[in-house]
Amino acid sequence: MNTETTLLTRPTASVASMPLSPPKMTAKDLNFFYGKFQGLKDINLEIAEKRVTAFIGPSGCGKSTLLRTLNRMYSLYPGQRATGVIHFNGQNILDSGVDLNMLRAKVGMVFQRPTPFPMSIYDNIAFGVRLYENLGQREMDERVEWALSKAAMWDEAKDKLKQNGMALSGGQQQRLCIARAVSVKPEVLLLDEPTSALDPISTAKIEELISELKVDYTIAIVTHNMQQAARVSDFTAYMYLGELIEFGETDQIFLKPKRKETEDYITGRFG
Amino acid sequence: MNNLYRKRLFVNRFNLVMSLATMAFGMFFLIWILAVLFGKGFSALGPTLFTQMTPPPGSAGGLMNAIFGSFVIVLVATFISTPIGILAGIYLAEFGKDKWVARATRFINDILLSAPSIVIGLFIYTVYVAQVGHFSGWAGSFALALIAIPVVVRTTENMLSLVPSSLREAAVALGAPMWKVILMVTLKAVRGGVMTGILLAVARVSGETAPLLFTALNNQFWSTDMNAPMANLPVVIFQFALSPFDDWRSLAWAGALLITLTVLILNILARTVFRQASVR
Repeated sequence: MNTETTLLTRPTASVASMPLSPPKMTAKDLNFFYGKFQGLKDINLEIAEKRVTAFIGPSGCGKSTLLRTLNRMYSLYPGQRATGVIHFNGQNILDSGVDLNMLRAKVGMVFQRPTPFPMSIYDNIAFGVRLYENLGQREMDERVEWALSKAAMWDEAKDKLKQNGMALSGGQQQRLCIARAVSVKPEVLLLDEPTSALDPISTAKIEELISELKVDYTIAIVTHNMQQAARVSDFTAYMYLGELIEFGETDQIFLKPKRKETEDYITGRFG
Repeated sequence: MNNLYRKRLFVNRFNLVMSLATMAFGMFFLIWILAVLFGKGFSALGPTLFTQMTPPPGSAGGLMNAIFGSFVIVLVATFISTPIGILAGIYLAEFGKDKWVARATRFINDILLSAPSIVIGLFIYTVYVAQVGHFSGWAGSFALALIAIPVVVRTTENMLSLVPSSLREAAVALGAPMWKVILMVTLKAVRGGVMTGILLAVARVSGETAPLLFTALNNQFWSTDMNAPMANLPVVIFQFALSPFDDWRSLAWAGALLITLTVLILNILARTVFRQASVR
């Protein structure tokens, strides 16, 4: 493990500009319950606009759970509930009156395993766009091309748009899913271990993609891979047993962690 | 080669022989049935089977009215049972899950699935035939639909619960309302399996005799009126096979062969064409 050298080669310019970014989402006293089991404990955190925020920590620490509160994905399952506040666009998205479909259209998500829909590559993209926009054929074609280009998929996919999305390779499927999430022009993108099922080359492509996407989008990524967090993120949150142990700029977390637990985890003495 | 390993080899061989033997036992009777059916029915197969009506004893005839009747009754039953079965299956898999309504429905559906078909026939006889005062094609379709519904419900639910929750979440994550998620993503992912279920239900009901005896009854003549008693293959077979007349009995064999071949083709279709259309 060679986190330090990777980190030292990072350009320092972006670091200087970071604190200027306003929060896009803010969690206050967030608690989460799976039935009786408490999955998140008093989480307070800000997700900066047009930055990448990474969540790291051992399995079961609650990082995916936290991500799934940000688009209320947990609401699909009875028995799961969250208390506290998550501010997004001046609204508390944990309120019972929130229109979940509208929220999820603005807070997109990409999952650990690629999840192409059982339809053509073109329709995989168009499915989400058609939900909220009434585009003509030409505009839709353009949107599909735009989304696929954003996900670095256009060159590979342009000749087989009518092909079933499930026939693609794992890495291509995942980029298709990113394109699909981007196509509806969300404000926030949640990535739940987006590369853990992929080979190193596909992983590298997706990491590059994340750096490009943060120009336009606010990104929150859960990862098991600490180098990945160090490479792609501006802020890092270290979580353990449902608690947010330490949260700060990525370089600070990896180079000068304030808490002993964080240091133990990132240096590999634990976890 | 030590003793333990030798014993294991023996147990393995013994079990293999036993399972092969039981398979051969089952296959023996199946092939016997098919052989008798072909032997007796094949000679009676001919173009007149499809062009002439069921005859009175002693004269030549075919099964045209019965073939048409069976086709229409089963077709209508399919059109009734498919939407009900699929919608109920969707409810159980996507909405009901572990709620008590769903659990009760599932339990009752399982009972219906294994209910003797004669009970279904009697039921329709009581609530429909006895009320309107006459046997009819409609009544036959209703009875067959009642038998097909639980099959479709079960296969639809099973198929939908095979869809990984990640696919459902992926569609939900785009802001899609639940009905679109189900219609355009999850149901689409298992359409092959659902089609297979429908075809198997059709195959299952197309040979049912008991429920039709109490409902559609029979009709010696050409009739397209669903409101009147309607000829159909199973009841004709039942009636002709038990008769003392040779020409009737041979027609019964031909009808039996016809039903068996239809069911065979439906099963092969279900297992090949639609299995492949199913995604993963």
